[in-house]
Amino acid sequence: MTIATVDFVPTELARGRGGGGPAPTRTVVAYGFWIFLLSDFVLFSGLFAAYAVLSDNTAGGPTGAELFNLRSVFIETMCLLFSSYACGLGALSAERRRLGHFYISAVFTFGLGAAFLCIEISEFAGMVSKGDGPSRSAFLSAFFTLVGTHGAHVTAGLIWFIYMVAQVAAKGFRPHVLRRHLCFSLFWHALDIVWVGVFTLVYLMGAR
Amino acid sequence: MQSVDRLLDDRTPGVEHEESTANVLSYTTGLGLAVLLTVASFVVAQTNLLWPPGIPVGLIVLAFAQIGVHLVFFLHLGSGPDHTNNILALAFGVLIVFLVIVGSIWIIANLNWNMMEMPH
Amino acid sequence: MLGRLSWAAIPLDQPLPLYAMGVVGIVILVVLGIVTVKGWWPYLWREWITSVDHKRIGVMYVILGLVMLLRGYSDAIMMRTQQAIAVGDAQGYLPPDHYDQIFSAHGTIMIFFVAMPLVIGLMNFVVPLQLGVRDVAFPTLNSVSFWLTATGSLLINVSLVIGSFSRASWWGYPPLSELAFSPDEGVDYYLWSLQISGIGTLLTGVNFVTTILKLRAPGMLYFRMPVFCWTALAANMLIVAAFPVLTATFAMLLLDRYLGMHFFTNEAGGNQMMYANLFWAWGHPEVYILVLPAFGVFSEVAATFSGKGLFSYRSMVWATLGICILSFMVWLHHFFTMGAGADVNSVFGIMSSIIAVPTGAKVFNWLFTVFRGRIVFTTPILFLIGFMITFVLGGLTGVLLAVPPVDFVLHNSAFLVAHFHHVIIGGVVFGALAGINYWFPKAFGFTLDEGWGKASFWCWLIGFYLAFMPLYVLGLMGMTRRLQHISDPSWQPLLLVAEAGAIVIFLGILCQIVQLYVSIRTRESRRDLTGDPWNARTLEWATSSPPPAYNFAVLPSVETIDAFWEMKRKGLAAAEPAYQAIEMPRNSPIGIVIAFFAFFVGFSLIWQIWWIAILGLLAIAITILVFGWSEDREREIPASQIARMERARLGLGRPA
Repeated sequence: MTIATVDFVPTELARGRGGGGPAPTRTVVAYGFWIFLLSDFVLFSGLFAAYAVLSDNTAGGPTGAELFNLRSVFIETMCLLFSSYACGLGALSAERRRLGHFYISAVFTFGLGAAFLCIEISEFAGMVSKGDGPSRSAFLSAFFTLVGTHGAHVTAGLIWFIYMVAQVAAKGFRPHVLRRHLCFSLFWHALDIVWVGVFTLVYLMGAR
Repeated sequence: MQSVDRLLDDRTPGVEHEESTANVLSYTTGLGLAVLLTVASFVVAQTNLLWPPGIPVGLIVLAFAQIGVHLVFFLHLGSGPDHTNNILALAFGVLIVFLVIVGSIWIIANLNWNMMEMPH
Repeated sequence: MLGRLSWAAIPLDQPLPLYAMGVVGIVILVVLGIVTVKGWWPYLWREWITSVDHKRIGVMYVILGLVMLLRGYSDAIMMRTQQAIAVGDAQGYLPPDHYDQIFSAHGTIMIFFVAMPLVIGLMNFVVPLQLGVRDVAFPTLNSVSFWLTATGSLLINVSLVIGSFSRASWWGYPPLSELAFSPDEGVDYYLWSLQISGIGTLLTGVNFVTTILKLRAPGMLYFRMPVFCWTALAANMLIVAAFPVLTATFAMLLLDRYLGMHFFTNEAGGNQMMYANLFWAWGHPEVYILVLPAFGVFSEVAATFSGKGLFSYRSMVWATLGICILSFMVWLHHFFTMGAGADVNSVFGIMSSIIAVPTGAKVFNWLFTVFRGRIVFTTPILFLIGFMITFVLGGLTGVLLAVPPVDFVLHNSAFLVAHFHHVIIGGVVFGALAGINYWFPKAFGFTLDEGWGKASFWCWLIGFYLAFMPLYVLGLMGMTRRLQHISDPSWQPLLLVAEAGAIVIFLGILCQIVQLYVSIRTRESRRDLTGDPWNARTLEWATSSPPPAYNFAVLPSVETIDAFWEMKRKGLAAAEPAYQAIEMPRNSPIGIVIAFFAFFVGFSLIWQIWWIAILGLLAIAITILVFGWSEDREREIPASQIARMERARLGLGRPA
């Protein structure tokens, strides 16, 4: 959509007081996505609240301390963190239109994210195969749902990321492609923020 | 028009701007701090470096610090007037998250205690 | 192959729902037949169904809300009638199983598919015009939001004919809503239709927060926005903050029902109180999502029809933001009796009383706005006066209920039912009707008939008091809500009065339908040629009625509050501005396509036809991926065409 052409707007109208007219599309899209991410944080807060309330209701089944393997949680955490870092470097490459660098960082972003998912899926599968699945107790329902929802977001992110890289390959660094890549970067960093909450509140506190 | 765009443009999280500090150094610093804070969390949780009853608080503080590192170094959230909208939105979100989580814990703990609900 | 769906799902042995759906089915077929015979499909597809124009989407939301009002109101009058006659030995005509479905459907439909669409529809139509811009931030997403809401409402209507609806009230509290006590498809209809429309609503919230904060005409500082835009901002912030909680809560109940988890079950550690806690953490902000835009409508109506600016704009804004924040701190008052201690109950009781303060400030501001104004007694201002009296009274009963010891007596009694209908009808319904009467000429180019409008107002007002004042008394006499049979015959006189009130409200709805019919028949005599039939103050009235697709050929430059009033006062520029080509987003079928597949996903999940659900989800994913790959989603309106349209508009008597 065309914004109005504005020849000159006094600075005091613009900065912070909102008198500068409609913002550019890139700002609008990024801000809208930021608001969506905040709504996603609220969704996770509902799941965190349920986990906090139900974490002692183990129904005679295993507790967190018995189930959690903190070494693999640490490796998962590092994978996701470094994936986030690679994503950031990829955003820089996109800004500077460096296609080669972009692809390299894309490989790391995807690979490390996929590694995170593999570790998490094997953790879940191990628990389910021993009969400690989400229907065993309220604690396990809350655990699987909270951590699983985060994992589902990561999965969706990885699928989205493949699509993004395909778009960059096919269309190049066009404005709308860059805008979407920006949204993906926001999403990916936000998932890492949620994971900080998960490993702290679920795994580290739960393993004590 | 470029200069007018910059004049008018609020900053948005994650967006690189030429005169911002978004560069490899900023991301790498963020990574380094985040790794340190993560290692610290795991150490605090699994050793007695911190007075044991204070471990939950310590973990929460470290988590908040790491979230802050992410927001500043990866999402380039700042404190200038161009970031007002972003910070206000974040503050609102944080308030809601706090109310939902802490509110639920307080309410349900109170209900459980009064209704004699045993952990089961 | 077809999950648990079978021919037995169609209630051939229950005449009432079948007759109802028969009537509705015939009406739908007749309408579709007329559209086909008259060859309107291409027009409808091009101009409405695939439209991403906020004005069209707003109108469609309002139409959805008004149509669902008929369904929700039928439920209401059936309940009132049952309670009026099923006293003592009489059993009435609705068996308990039906009655339970009806009160559940009534609440669900009225909140989610009447009030929300009406309010969101008004915000959709008005906000970009008032902000002086061309559309919302994400027009295509806007279309998706609407169609997902329509899918949700379709699912709930299908539950009338295929299977049954939830019997667990519009809250769906476990353990009743868990598989053990509601094994059939009813609760699943409730959960899936609300999850699907909830996604649409959340996207609306994101859309409007972004629009209001990032897309305004040049010079429109935050404190120069119309108050309706401030209330829309607050409501949409609440949508973004609250709806994810509902999504998470329903997801947990769905996981309990579908995957055997134990969030809220009786066994294996579930905690039912957590459901109530989370539900109301959404539920209280929800009622403010409904009422804040109504407050905004009344601010606009008060100023326009008093010929004065709104009294104390700044305190209005701060009161709105105060209500927005406080609304998230009171939710426990919906379950004072669930067993919390005095400390928790008193904190939330005090917070609930505090939230009356900014609301009271707003009421004083409206009063001082009309005070010494030159009042024009149109339908909208009658609704304003009716609102001020009714909402204040209803709010007072709310402050009563906010006191925990009082609530211990009155929780879930008829008193409570009277209270929330008092504020919802007095606030949200009156606000929606006022808004519809006020902005109708802007949307369609002619005003609504005043006579029938006023008749509908009086019917609604008198009908409301007749229908609900007896319920206050009955509540104090000990009557609880949701009773299918009344055992105390001394309650019957009051219930008969309530039934009379329900009939009067029904007459009010009929008056609205007649008003529409008459207005359309005699529209030439009430054409709005100037775009400003009410001599109003805000920017939406600076356009033609209806506005062109692009709203403003040149975005207005704003210097004050009530920008249009200022423009009129200063006299408009004599010279014609230099028109430039305008890029507008193209129409898109993605909204209705996603909603179409979403309907099948929802229906098949309800009936456990897994393969259709998977295919439907895949289809949605593919639709999004294909849409995401497309280019050229904007069309350019050349400057010459704009010049032509603007000259034609100005030539029709608009002061140049």
